[in-house]
Amino acid sequence: MAKAKSNTEDYLRMYTQMVRIRTFEDNANQLYLSAKMPGLTHMYSGEEAVAVGICEALTDDDRITSTHRGHGHCVAKGADFKQMFCELLGKAEGYCRGKGGSMHIADQSHGNLGANAIVGGSMGIATGSALRAKLQGSDDVTVCFFGDGATAQGLMYEVMNMAALWKLPVIYACENNGYSEYTKTEEIAAGSITARAEAFGIEAHQVDGQDVLAVNDLTRKLVARARKGEGPFFMELMTYRYHGHHVGDINREYYRSKAEEKDWRDNRDPIIRFRAHLVSEGIASEDELDALNAQIEKDAAEAVAYALEAAYPDASEVDMHVYAA
Amino acid sequence: MREITLSQAVNEAIAEEMRRDPTVFLMGEDVAEAGTPFKVLSGLVEEFGTARVIDTPISEPGFMGMAVGAAMTGARPIVDLMFGDFIFLIMDQLCNQAAKTHYMSGGKLTVPLVLRTNLGATRRSAAQHSQSLQAIVAHIPGLKVAMPSSAYEAKGLMKTAIRDNNPVVIFEDKLMYQDKAPVQEEEYLIPFGVANVKREGRDITLIGTSSMVQVAEKAAEILAAEGISAEVIDPRTIVPLDEATLVESVKKTSRAIVIDEGHQSYGVTAEIASRLNEKAFYHLDAPVLRMGAMDVPVPFSPALEDLTVPTPEGVAANARRLCAGEMIHAA
Ligand SMILES: Cc1ncc(C[n+]2csc(CCOP(=O)(O)OP(=O)(O)O)c2C)c(N)n1
Ligand SMILES: [Mg+2]
Repeated sequence: MAKAKSNTEDYLRMYTQMVRIRTFEDNANQLYLSAKMPGLTHMYSGEEAVAVGICEALTDDDRITSTHRGHGHCVAKGADFKQMFCELLGKAEGYCRGKGGSMHIADQSHGNLGANAIVGGSMGIATGSALRAKLQGSDDVTVCFFGDGATAQGLMYEVMNMAALWKLPVIYACENNGYSEYTKTEEIAAGSITARAEAFGIEAHQVDGQDVLAVNDLTRKLVARARKGEGPFFMELMTYRYHGHHVGDINREYYRSKAEEKDWRDNRDPIIRFRAHLVSEGIASEDELDALNAQIEKDAAEAVAYALEAAYPDASEVDMHVYAA
Repeated sequence: MREITLSQAVNEAIAEEMRRDPTVFLMGEDVAEAGTPFKVLSGLVEEFGTARVIDTPISEPGFMGMAVGAAMTGARPIVDLMFGDFIFLIMDQLCNQAAKTHYMSGGKLTVPLVLRTNLGATRRSAAQHSQSLQAIVAHIPGLKVAMPSSAYEAKGLMKTAIRDNNPVVIFEDKLMYQDKAPVQEEEYLIPFGVANVKREGRDITLIGTSSMVQVAEKAAEILAAEGISAEVIDPRTIVPLDEATLVESVKKTSRAIVIDEGHQSYGVTAEIASRLNEKAFYHLDAPVLRMGAMDVPVPFSPALEDLTVPTPEGVAANARRLCAGEMIHAA
């Protein structure tokens, strides 16, 4: 574990947020498996330290753009379970009144500009948010989350060029989980990912995405510098998704071995690692952490039960929100 | 006759053409080992190898542009675009490059490529994975557009598309991949621009594209039980369009509804309806109705999504009113 100067409260919040993400996903997966959730969804389990390490370095004024694998970003940026589950089930009380679903959750109140079902589709949006901050003299920072697969989109290189030219307060956070859909990253990415950012003169870092303190420490430093006009920055976070590409991707041994999955789960799990750190540093006892976990599970179960009972949007909402007033 | 799924039909068509013509190759995301997320192309890489079944990075404009270049210089690429919605990413390569090259070169260069992609809502996939964008490409001169309505059409149209010397866009309905239809073992091709009269009728013509053909057929069943005789026609390709068959039918029935899953405004239904108005005006007893998807981004919530697409009941209800003369002076 990398050392970061912080206090007990920060550590416990990071732990809590990681467990909240894992618990959210376990429940979402159950909803899918029991045919209670419409459509498909992409699980963030395994990647919690990335979203939490980064979002814990941000304020509500800082913005993020998220991806198709977006529940983790959404929770980490401060979202509430009830409104999230309602959205996943297409209910009126969801963050987007059921119109967006899993792949489009946005949480305006915490600066989450939204998940995106177009791979790489948010890179322009994130960079544009940073351009607005600079034009309006605001010191907020925008973090653009995207996967290793998204580095193949040309848009990324157009906007990184402009971000570098204009010194925009944007941080590109590449979640390298080793795969895009059913293909290994090395089969779709030539050369080094960080070197691509460096070619534009953008300072780039590779970091262990399973170490929440390492992620948080680096992000805090970069955010502080971005606020002072020293951006943009690029982070490549080495991580792993535990589930299939989406919840329906069950038989996946043709592209990824069970042994590899087990190795990441057993030996590099971000929650297990951080928990051991908290206990060994005397920040929390096993019992205290168990109680935290239990509370989170209870919260999630309540939110799921609430969302299952919640009402669908009224038919009259179907042509609402096509145009802004 | 044996029955196969639409997915198998597409697979067979591509395999047959790849065996027949060594210049045909396939490229797209997860087309090789994974055989696409819908598993439509499973087995092709095993037969043809990774040199002809090429997995690409997620770089749609890039590989679309490469397909154009390969087509201009002697290959016949089939580009697999995972979701029809991603057409918006490749618009320049498709519409400014592929569509115009033959014309701009005074007929000297050709771009024989196939873009296979899909359409269709009600899969709970929300606004960026549910669109039916055929009207957008059909608007661009130089592109042909095929819309198979069953496994039989999917196979015959795909084979014709691969042999065509123009860029052809094929939209498959992603909810129909597992639907079976009788498909003969012997080779056949379905020519472009030849509509298929699926059901003969006297009182009204229902023109449907892709899965809307099934919607029209179900509506015709409902209407038949009430004594209304509906003719159902599948144009099979919207560019070129078999206008003659549609016009002849409407001259006979004097009423028509055009059904397509694209947004209703400025869409395929509008184009076909206005051609019928131009060519069969004096034979019409009622305005030609358009039934497309609602003019809203496709919502995620099942409660809303199901309201946005034409249904057999909705088509039957409109047909009933047309036949009763209720909509003659409709606002
Ligand atoms: C433009 C575009 N192309 C293809 C897809 C289909 N698709 C969805 S997720 C995905 C893989 C993305 O991989 P990566 O960026 O590494 O993210 P991960 O799923 O690993 O988190 C693909 C190809 C899409 N949604 N958008
Ligand atoms: Mg990935």
